[in-house]
Amino acid sequence: MIEFDHVSFAYEPDTPVLRELSFRIAPGESVGLIGANGAGKSTILKLMLGLLPCLEGEIRVDGLPVNKQNLTQIRRALGFVLQDSDSQMFMPTVFEDMMFAPRNYGLSKEEAETRVDAVLAELGLEALKHRYNHKISGGEKRMAAIATILAMEPKAIIMDEPSIALDPVNRRTVIRTVNALRMTKLLASHDLDMILDTCDRVLLLSGGRLAADGPAEEILRDQALLEANRMELPFCLAGYHPRGQAKA
Amino acid sequence: MDKVSHALVEFREMDALAAQESPLHRMHPLIKLLVTLAYIVFVVSFDKYALSALIVMVLYPILLFQISGIPVRTCFYKLRVVLPLVCAVGLFNPFFDRAPLLFVGSVAVSGGVISMLTLMLKGIFALMASFLLIATTPMDQICAALRILRVPSLLVTLLLLTYRYISVMLREVSVMSEAYHLRAPKQRGIHVSAWGSFLGQLLLRSMDRADALYQSMQLRGFHGEFYYAESPRCTPGAVGYGVGCVAFFALARYVDLPQALGNLFVR
Repeated sequence: MIEFDHVSFAYEPDTPVLRELSFRIAPGESVGLIGANGAGKSTILKLMLGLLPCLEGEIRVDGLPVNKQNLTQIRRALGFVLQDSDSQMFMPTVFEDMMFAPRNYGLSKEEAETRVDAVLAELGLEALKHRYNHKISGGEKRMAAIATILAMEPKAIIMDEPSIALDPVNRRTVIRTVNALRMTKLLASHDLDMILDTCDRVLLLSGGRLAADGPAEEILRDQALLEANRMELPFCLAGYHPRGQAKA
Repeated sequence: MDKVSHALVEFREMDALAAQESPLHRMHPLIKLLVTLAYIVFVVSFDKYALSALIVMVLYPILLFQISGIPVRTCFYKLRVVLPLVCAVGLFNPFFDRAPLLFVGSVAVSGGVISMLTLMLKGIFALMASFLLIATTPMDQICAALRILRVPSLLVTLLLLTYRYISVMLREVSVMSEAYHLRAPKQRGIHVSAWGSFLGQLLLRSMDRADALYQSMQLRGFHGEFYYAESPRCTPGAVGYGVGCVAFFALARYVDLPQALGNLFVR
């Protein structure tokens, strides 16, 4: 579904963000992308969506190289849930926001509305349909943002920090929603507990390289590996203590 | 709530007003847009001394306030910043045009005073009509009507995005202003020494937000043409309303109705 083949990228010539990065995500996989701040997680997401130009190496999405000619098909295949829902939801109401992508992809008003209703029903968000985006809570907004992407019927969903700024109940709702999705999933997050709850495989980034690639259960239990890459064990595995003394 | 947050709330209230239910809200946006344009054109075209004839044009906004259920005070409250500017336009007319035009009892009223009042009323009426259009029609529908009139897509998209970005920018100003005042609690407003950096930061933050919004649109298939909100059906009643309004404007423009009415009684 998504392939990175020896991809390198730099915002400034002397400071590479990604170096010779290669990985492959198969259709239906659920993958967590983890790494410290500045490790290159957001850059990877932007590269696969064609928001940044691939300078070296090759990226393929759904068999198509990421380039200008294929952007429409690639962006239709990948639904991207932004970290900041306020930046994602720009129409006045949830309904209008959800209609935006299906209408852009050529669906008639009736077809788009049927699809929107189905997604809202699937996520249990019918009550949000005609609410104003600026009047709903952060948790509702995050769920609405996911709904706007699902209304596109993408082949894969990409989420950037999906649990950020959510209370425990809303976070759990997002986790349940992600787990219920039957499509390729790529989640970039610092919330390792969420990654453990939602992903089968983890890509650990460090210094622009892949420090580890393997089963989530295995990598997220490897304290030495995580600490060597400026990460910590997930709270649920660390026996978290409120004074900051994690059990070894 | 600081002034900026209040402005943001007020701005969003316009969307809420436009989403209300009334026969006027349900009318096709093209009819409302054309009638509003016609009204403004007719109002502006009145002679500068045609005060009595112009006064009849107030019937249109009064009728619309009644049909739409929007309180008149909401209109004047929202226009409180612009109205004094509009009224100031003709303020110097009484100094330049001092020739007596009519007498009220033994008091002479100069042409300058009449033309000042006429100009003020023209401005107020035009503003009220514009307000009523925006308060009864969502921006998407206004844009859809503009596209029906073959206004270039680029201009219409620009109008819609500018409208959307106003609230984004106001939110950024509100956040920055709150952050500033939390660290400068005794200051009224923003100190002049901070204006430069404040504006610079605002520009950068607005650009970031605009960039993120645009990316979000691109990722959902946006290629420069909006699919605007579906407009209500254009009913024969709506067409009749439009024709009737324009006919009334033309009648009021070319026949001095108050004078004609007065003549009836004087005879």
